[in-house]
Amino acid sequence: MYDYTAFDAAFVRDRVAQFRDQVERRISGALTEDEFKPLRLMNGLYLQLHAYMLRVAIPYGTLNGAQMRQLAMIADRWDRGYGHFTTRQNIQFNWPKLRDVPDMLDALADVEMHAIQTSGNCIRNVTTDQFAGAAADEIADPRPVAELIRQWSTDHPEFTWLPRKFKIAITGSPHDRAVTRAHDIGLRMLRNAAGEEGFEVLVGGGLGRTPMLGKVVRDFLPRADLLPYLEAILQTYNLLGRRDNKYKARIKILVHETGIETLRAMIEDAFAENRRSFAPVDPALLERLEAAFAPPDFEPPAAVPQFLSPALRSFMDTNLHPHRLGHYASVTVSLKPVGGAPGDATSDQMRLLADLAETYAHDELRVSHEQNIILPHVPRRHLPSLFARLQAAGLATANVGLVSDIIACPGMDYCALATARSIPVAQRIARAFEDIDRQHDIGALKIKISGCINACGHHHVGHIGILGLEKAGVESYQITLGGDGTETAAIGERAGPGFSWDEIVPAVERLIGAYLDLRHGRAESFLEVYRRLGAAPFKAALYPEAAERRAHAG
Amino acid sequence: MTKAPHPQIVTANHLLDGDVIYLTEALDWTRQITAAAVAHDALRAHTLLDEAQSRPHEAVGPYLAPVTLDPQGRAAPLHFRELYRTTGPTFLRDEAPHV
Ligand code: SF4
Repeated sequence: MYDYTAFDAAFVRDRVAQFRDQVERRISGALTEDEFKPLRLMNGLYLQLHAYMLRVAIPYGTLNGAQMRQLAMIADRWDRGYGHFTTRQNIQFNWPKLRDVPDMLDALADVEMHAIQTSGNCIRNVTTDQFAGAAADEIADPRPVAELIRQWSTDHPEFTWLPRKFKIAITGSPHDRAVTRAHDIGLRMLRNAAGEEGFEVLVGGGLGRTPMLGKVVRDFLPRADLLPYLEAILQTYNLLGRRDNKYKARIKILVHETGIETLRAMIEDAFAENRRSFAPVDPALLERLEAAFAPPDFEPPAAVPQFLSPALRSFMDTNLHPHRLGHYASVTVSLKPVGGAPGDATSDQMRLLADLAETYAHDELRVSHEQNIILPHVPRRHLPSLFARLQAAGLATANVGLVSDIIACPGMDYCALATARSIPVAQRIARAFEDIDRQHDIGALKIKISGCINACGHHHVGHIGILGLEKAGVESYQITLGGDGTETAAIGERAGPGFSWDEIVPAVERLIGAYLDLRHGRAESFLEVYRRLGAAPFKAALYPEAAERRAHAG
Repeated sequence: MTKAPHPQIVTANHLLDGDVIYLTEALDWTRQITAAAVAHDALRAHTLLDEAQSRPHEAVGPYLAPVTLDPQGRAAPLHFRELYRTTGPTFLRDEAPHV
């Protein structure tokens, strides 16, 4: 864990005190809403449909038991006893009262947390692989780099008023679990021929209204050059990014309109300049960062219990990820029980997760962009007892990566920008496929749902993406097919006309039925069938009448 | 005076707790849409909106929302967004209990 320095602690406390004063001035009438809004947004406070919402940063999705317990306390004391984990690896509280927010922020500061830069046109929370520091397939833990970026970007005077928000994701593994190609900047660790560590740098990815995959702007950037290079990208964007049209202000549009070649040349020029002027990062700081994320004191290999119940084995099939140590595993705790709201956890569940992390898993927890909680370092010998405790709390859903492990943004049940609901669509799909054996039979499938074009639910990169819109005064759901957020990233293709609230779940059932008919056995996933056959057979399943009409016409 | 296609009400969020609120005939705030002042023409609608806007320290983001009328002539949501604003998160109601 990264521990705050005296500087960090004072900085966060100062911000809370400042915001406390701003809230008081808003309530007294000294500040208008127009004046107050940008200030509250800078502190993560939104006004949603039914209430304020406080978005709390969980830098690179990493937290410990004490922090999780504090989130539970905050949920109980100032909210309604639950929180919502988001695709940005953050947590949102849905019901805070304006007067309480400074106290909530102070309570966060008590455990070295805050809500800074979770909103506004600044560099947002850096996201990463939820298995960082644990995954068997990793080159290096990306979190020291993520923390370095956080320190560089926090309150960066030049980049506080960018044309638009700016998101950076980093993966330390060739298997991209951080959706790096859908971020303004994606960083992928790799080694060059000489064995040195560095990054492939992607720029201009993003979902939303104009979905685009990031393009490679640098094949190999030595690790030591990271900050001057990032600064060069941001400088170029800050200068050239469009401020005249909010929908064209993201760097992806700049990349698109300027062309990657031209932009690359400009970035390289700025980089050459920066490299001369940039003071190299203090090696003591780098050492401190590396030490902060040093692996825990792993225990030596020990015997694993012989008998594993069928339920545990089924859980292990889906919810375990290979750890770099054979006698360890990373355990994903699904926040997608049938009937639940994806990503929601009650305060009791948060406290249990904190206990489990402390008892079995070296006191580490992660939030995944897929809205689940991970215990990254669990000795396999603890799996039966861990599983039993999860089961007792209703947290042992064995569905990670399956049809009911759905990403859904808050949609029109909370979000002021939404055009339709998304949570209840996820719930209805999960219920339609409730039978866990059937889910295991269907296999790997990523359904992602957004309640508006902003695409917080990553629908463009879902194998099946669902976008909620309004059409003629009712909710309408558009399906995209074949999206992929991993190292083989693709933007899903729009299937055709939207489906009504009543039609959307049967439409998804038809898609999955078509997949089951078309696949060459269980080994071939939905996405693989889609890539082999294209969209046509799936469209035929979605729109049987159109297919029939075509058959008649032919 | 032009007649609005639908009657309208003024709605906003309460400054302190964020709750959905509606402006009443008495120029108070209520949390019940049925108690909202109904404007049957554009002039009245804008008078109500001006009133709401002149009280920024009670209400945030006031706007006019078209409504239908129930048999008693009280406002009822027209658009589904306004309907959900009266109910709170719908899945807490329609689907399995949240907690
Ligand atoms: S996708 Fe739209 S509805 Fe969903 S959380 Fe983002 S802004 Fe809100």
